[in-house]
Amino acid sequence: MTPLLEVERLTKRFGGLTANEDVSFTVGEGEIAGLIGPNGAGKTTVFNSLAGFFAPSAGSIRFRGEEIAGLPPEAVAARGVARTFQIVRIFKGMTVLENVLVGALLRHRAVPDAVARAREALRFTGLERRAADPAGRLTVAEQKRLEVTRALATEPRLLLLDEVMAGLTAAEVQDAVEMVRRIRDRGIACVVVEHVMEGIMPIADRMLVLERGRLIADGPPRAIANDPAVIAAYLGEEYRAPGA
Amino acid sequence: MSRRAGTAALLAALLLAALFPLAVARPAWQNTAILMLMAAQLGVAWNILGGYAGQVSLGHAAFFGTGAYVSSLLSMRLGLSPWLGMLAGALVASAFAVVVGWPCFRLKGHYFAMATIAVVEIVQAVVNGWERLGGAVGLYLPLAETGFGGFVFNRSKLPYYYIALALLVLTLAVNWLVARSRTGYYLRAIKDEPDAARSLGVSLTRYKLQAIALSAALAAMGGTLYAQKELFIDPGSTLSTSLSIKMSLVAILGGVGTLFGPVIGAAVLTAVEEGSRVIFGGTGRGTDLVVYGLLIVLFAVYQPAGIMGWITGRWLGPRAERPEEEP
Repeated sequence: MTPLLEVERLTKRFGGLTANEDVSFTVGEGEIAGLIGPNGAGKTTVFNSLAGFFAPSAGSIRFRGEEIAGLPPEAVAARGVARTFQIVRIFKGMTVLENVLVGALLRHRAVPDAVARAREALRFTGLERRAADPAGRLTVAEQKRLEVTRALATEPRLLLLDEVMAGLTAAEVQDAVEMVRRIRDRGIACVVVEHVMEGIMPIADRMLVLERGRLIADGPPRAIANDPAVIAAYLGEEYRAPGA
Repeated sequence: MSRRAGTAALLAALLLAALFPLAVARPAWQNTAILMLMAAQLGVAWNILGGYAGQVSLGHAAFFGTGAYVSSLLSMRLGLSPWLGMLAGALVASAFAVVVGWPCFRLKGHYFAMATIAVVEIVQAVVNGWERLGGAVGLYLPLAETGFGGFVFNRSKLPYYYIALALLVLTLAVNWLVARSRTGYYLRAIKDEPDAARSLGVSLTRYKLQAIALSAALAAMGGTLYAQKELFIDPGSTLSTSLSIKMSLVAILGGVGTLFGPVIGAAVLTAVEEGSRVIFGGTGRGTDLVVYGLLIVLFAVYQPAGIMGWITGRWLGPRAERPEEEP
């Protein structure tokens, strides 16, 4: 069976800077893959290539067997890949419900149908009470949750979550972990970029570790935690930090 | 305001507007009222692109002028009824808007606005030098067939009042329908966060082009009405940057992205214009630009949400109908 997502030798250069080099991995149906690495390792660049915001310099991205590298974001979304943004990009001039509605309209062209689907998504992520509130009035944790809800409303097969746990309190991290688990239980595969290790380690089926644009490890969380190369990458960062 | 109260207020306003010319018989006042309705209609048309989609066009006179010229030329050369000319003008303006929008939408924010100024200036320069279109002298429409069929009324301005009112109501209805549609939500999403909109499957180009096509068609219909009312058009009056700015100002003053904002904006702006004409006398060509500039500065600094924003007192800008209010 072909995996849901196959990334092969993905390379992205910006002028002289190589942000991703020969990155290859696969994500299976309903799998949670954690994508970690030091700042500047190229995690968000991978996301932007997967979601169609960057055209890769080389390599291929196949989603459900179809080549999607170089397609524009709206075409990638239509094929079933949804994303959130590291810095939240909610529609501030709209209510919470309207934000999610924009996502739901992708699969349901009639507004009343889409409203029903949006409400369902809000119930799933527990934001239903805030449906009528202006989106800009939500707390940071709620805004991140709103981005996830909006992405879910497009009914994706693969969800790309970019640091949804960053800046949250311990209790909020637990809620977020629970939410990602329930998303996976609905059969939606997730690639999760995260710095919060206690958030991602317990739920990931696989961990992918990037360093300086290259994939240096790919395996189950327990193996990754003991991998010398991974430890070196993080330790290296710590050693460099005081002099930087 | 509840749904029923809103509907009642709307019907009351419509009734007042319909009865106004019967209560106020003085032609000068009636003429001011017609100008107000025409300005409101153009502001509402502009608002579809500039308000909902957030693409500030300062070249909408190009579409207004297209409507004026297409219907006038078709009626003068081919004897086509201006009513059909109005539809033809709307279609031509739509097509023109798509052709112009395609490259201009590659630019964002201020750069888009500047490109639209270039568009209207180029169109004006071309028509100025095009003898068959009347050139810089302009076109005088013949007084061939007066009455409703010919769309020319020489005894009283009153029919123009009701046609302008009908056109405004039509434009508001289109705007209202768009705001509640898939396209309406997509346009507001594009205005707020274009990248997020794309990640949810929204094609920026496709929906911006839909918005400019619709906005241009409605502005062109206003252009035909202007031509039939004045019976004279020239590039300076129908294809100018100052007219373009006025269209945007009506919406900005009243409240961008709101349904009735431009109507309020038009009422205030027309009153201010007529007032400045009385105070400063005569031409107005210089003073109205000074007034426009002053208003833009004042509103940008103190009241970016426009008069509607001040009335509703809510920070949530676009006052599109909530989905939960749906029947």
